[in-house]
Amino acid sequence: MEFEAVIGLEVHAQLSTGSKIFCACSAAFGAPPNENTCPVCTGMPGVLPVLNRRVVEFAVRTALATSCAVRKKSVFARKNYFYPDLPKAYQISQYELPLALAGHIDIELEGGAKRIGITRIHLEEDAGKLVHEGEFAGAQASLADLNRCSVPLMEIVSEPDMRTPEEAGEYLRRLRDILVYLEVCDGNMEEGSFRCDANVSVRPMGQKEFGTKAELKNMNSFRNVEKALEHEIRRQIERIEDGDKVVQETRLWDAAAGVTVPMRGKEEAHDYRYFPDPDLLPLIVEEAWVEELRQTIPELPGEKITRLTRTYGLSRYDAGLLSSSRALADFFEESLAVFGDNPKVTANECVHWKEAIAAGKISPETIAHAVEDREKGTISATASKKLVELAIETGRPIREIRDEKGLTQVSDTGALEETVSKVLAANPKEVESYRGGKAGLLSFFVGQVMKETRGKANPRIVQEVLKKTLG
Amino acid sequence: MHEWTLLSAARKVREKEISSRELTRAILDRIERHNPRINAYVTVLTEKAMKDALACDEALQKGRTLGPLHGVPVGLKDIFCTRGIRTTCGSRILHNFIPPYDATVTGKVLSSGAVLLGKQNMDEFAMGSSTETSHFGPARNPWALDRIPGGSSGGTAAAVAAGLCFAGVGTDTGGSIRQPASVCGVVGLKPTYGRVSRYGMIAFASSLDQGGPITRSVPDAAMILSVIAGHDRRDSTSVDLPVPDYLAATRESVKGLKVGLPREYFEGEGLDPGVRAAVEKTLAVLTSQGAQALEISLPHTRYALSAYYIIAPAEASSNLARYDGVRYGHRARCEGGLIEMMSRTRAEGFGAEVKRRVMIGTYALSAGYYEAYYGKAQKVRTLIRRDFEEAFSKVDVILTPTSPTPAFRIGERTGDPLTMYLSDIFTIPCNLAGIPGISVPCGMSREGLPIGAQLLGKHFREEDLFMAAAAIEREIPLPRVAPMGEA
Repeated sequence: MEFEAVIGLEVHAQLSTGSKIFCACSAAFGAPPNENTCPVCTGMPGVLPVLNRRVVEFAVRTALATSCAVRKKSVFARKNYFYPDLPKAYQISQYELPLALAGHIDIELEGGAKRIGITRIHLEEDAGKLVHEGEFAGAQASLADLNRCSVPLMEIVSEPDMRTPEEAGEYLRRLRDILVYLEVCDGNMEEGSFRCDANVSVRPMGQKEFGTKAELKNMNSFRNVEKALEHEIRRQIERIEDGDKVVQETRLWDAAAGVTVPMRGKEEAHDYRYFPDPDLLPLIVEEAWVEELRQTIPELPGEKITRLTRTYGLSRYDAGLLSSSRALADFFEESLAVFGDNPKVTANECVHWKEAIAAGKISPETIAHAVEDREKGTISATASKKLVELAIETGRPIREIRDEKGLTQVSDTGALEETVSKVLAANPKEVESYRGGKAGLLSFFVGQVMKETRGKANPRIVQEVLKKTLG
Repeated sequence: MHEWTLLSAARKVREKEISSRELTRAILDRIERHNPRINAYVTVLTEKAMKDALACDEALQKGRTLGPLHGVPVGLKDIFCTRGIRTTCGSRILHNFIPPYDATVTGKVLSSGAVLLGKQNMDEFAMGSSTETSHFGPARNPWALDRIPGGSSGGTAAAVAAGLCFAGVGTDTGGSIRQPASVCGVVGLKPTYGRVSRYGMIAFASSLDQGGPITRSVPDAAMILSVIAGHDRRDSTSVDLPVPDYLAATRESVKGLKVGLPREYFEGEGLDPGVRAAVEKTLAVLTSQGAQALEISLPHTRYALSAYYIIAPAEASSNLARYDGVRYGHRARCEGGLIEMMSRTRAEGFGAEVKRRVMIGTYALSAGYYEAYYGKAQKVRTLIRRDFEEAFSKVDVILTPTSPTPAFRIGERTGDPLTMYLSDIFTIPCNLAGIPGISVPCGMSREGLPIGAQLLGKHFREEDLFMAAAAIEREIPLPRVAPMGEA
């Protein structure tokens, strides 16, 4: 029997606002334990939350960029449970009435584009973290670091529209790119500012009803999400083929072992006793503000890829590589503004040097001049690479370095004819052998000319001149 | 001098008739003498108060006053966080809690120049009508020491009635300012929800809690409200409206004021005949001053108590979940793991009434019961709010008894929570509707116990209440300080 998988993803994106969602503490990562805390985020008696407007702004922009409908009125609720990393013993989240509903993202697959639905986008606060002395089970003490308490999170829930791990990977990458383009999240999966849980089930091809799903957690890279899904889909199919049933449960991805395992300790159906938080008024997002924010939405990855392919004749693959970062794509176009004769070569260069570009160590002129000099034969491919490296190292204009190091090639036929004659005159025997049929000697002559010009000759031109002179 | 009103004490300090130190010393001496019996204070700040009084006197010598309460000693219910000063909320679970911050109310009272005498006794987490649920033992009614001073702000009302401060600030979730004010023979106002910031005021039921004055005169209450009212950026539910001149309102005439009498409040059983008579006399006083009496109906009144005892415990069950022994307050000693530590901390730290309400509230919010209880109670709340809207389209204020009976005896109702809950039957609808309410003394029972009349007003129309209550106060003169065997 053939099976197909049904996958839905829940993404928690940490919003990159300066302060937390309900107090003025810094939301920055990496401060000493409990440094970024105050009576509000540590749940002292009598304190009250006050919603950070910027957090709402970031979420509204995300909703607009994913074609969601922003609700005029949404409500914050309390999710009640006891845990030492949750100082109030409830998490403020949106439950029944989330900020935005019913959007979508288009992803690119080999077979064409596919639309993945977005169920909802809502806001909530993060919890702190516990540090255990020793192994969790037998720890002598547990220490609470509440820096992360009330750091703003945006949860983006997809429809169960994905059918393969690759689709899930593409959706995640595209979503991450959109958030990074909007500058609302840094998209860093390893540091946990972009987290993903997956719901996955399998069903016989053609069946309409969903199978029993498992929820996968603990996947801290795009590659791991795909691998975990591959493994879990295979596991579920094998169970069904063995006549067993898939159990509804939460499973953790063990990246080292490459398997998913049931979460230890029973995740019994928790009753969170949600109710609207009486400390916060319903959130009202005015239409005028939404329209104002709509104007701030930049060109998004999908639109950019299409435009780059149309305008510069790039392949979708190359355009996709360039569009993986808004800054890289901008850099590419700035380079083209300086020298635009060969967008394909410029694109290759941009992708090749993308780390230096991201680090701001290289200017669009550097790439433009390197491409231009190479296109015109003024420098060799080797020299070009060397020059860009030097420009990164020293921060100086690439052409200044080129002239100083004398890395220009001689491509002038007239100038090279003289040297060629000189070399041929000095090697009469070889000339005779060549003319007698030893064609392989051509490279010997090229070598001699290069030696004579101290490597500055353009080898392609040298060959041409030699062939002509030798007849 | 302990009988002076807040306003006259403030004037005498300002005009240097008396120093803040003399005034503060006198009250501290009274606290030392009477508090062991009254148990109105759980924390007395003797040294700090004298130091602050000295600073007030020195500032005055230089011609500076901090604000309208410069140098006048006052108290705060122990529910308002005070930076560096233990704040217990009447509970064992916070018996050692020292907040690193001031409540907004605390900050406003201090910056008005008042001298803080101490923190006043209360029912644990404001859950009670008698101060009997306090971890620090019950406070006593200065008019009859074997009787309750009401609750939950019983310590504050007792302190005001015993001359152990010139004014206090309490909190009211279902009557916790008005009922103790009523049974202690003093004035107590619950402002409109959103009028006074709740920041730093330890939460019982967030959608109902409101801080307000307990004083010996209506103008004193108006003064305290003008000090503590106003928008606060740290409380999203506080309302950004200007604070009117409340003191001026106390001087206005009630001529033409329409006073509504809700049929339902006088129909039920349990209303003491003496209380009924006193309230009827109060109405006569108002009409003799030119007010107009109108009978009105608040048909959903009989559902108020039930709705309240779902909503308040539901919010409390969540608000009190943070007391888990992890970060501050009491922590049980135990060898077991996390769950055991948290469970034992809460088992040891909370008293019976708090546990009862946490359990009621947890149940009411549970999956499968939420709609039947919490959802339904919210609908009742909407109906009660509409009742008042309808009534206020016809009248300006509503007159009712504050408490169905004068002060009952200590221990009389502790075994019967339901009878205890009925103490607040007339005060609860006001909190559910979010409107302001004041209790003003209107008579004495045959046993010599104070009786209070309650006036309810429109949202953010505290002026109407001050105007009517001041007229009652002028026309029905009553002693405001209990004799305390000193007469």
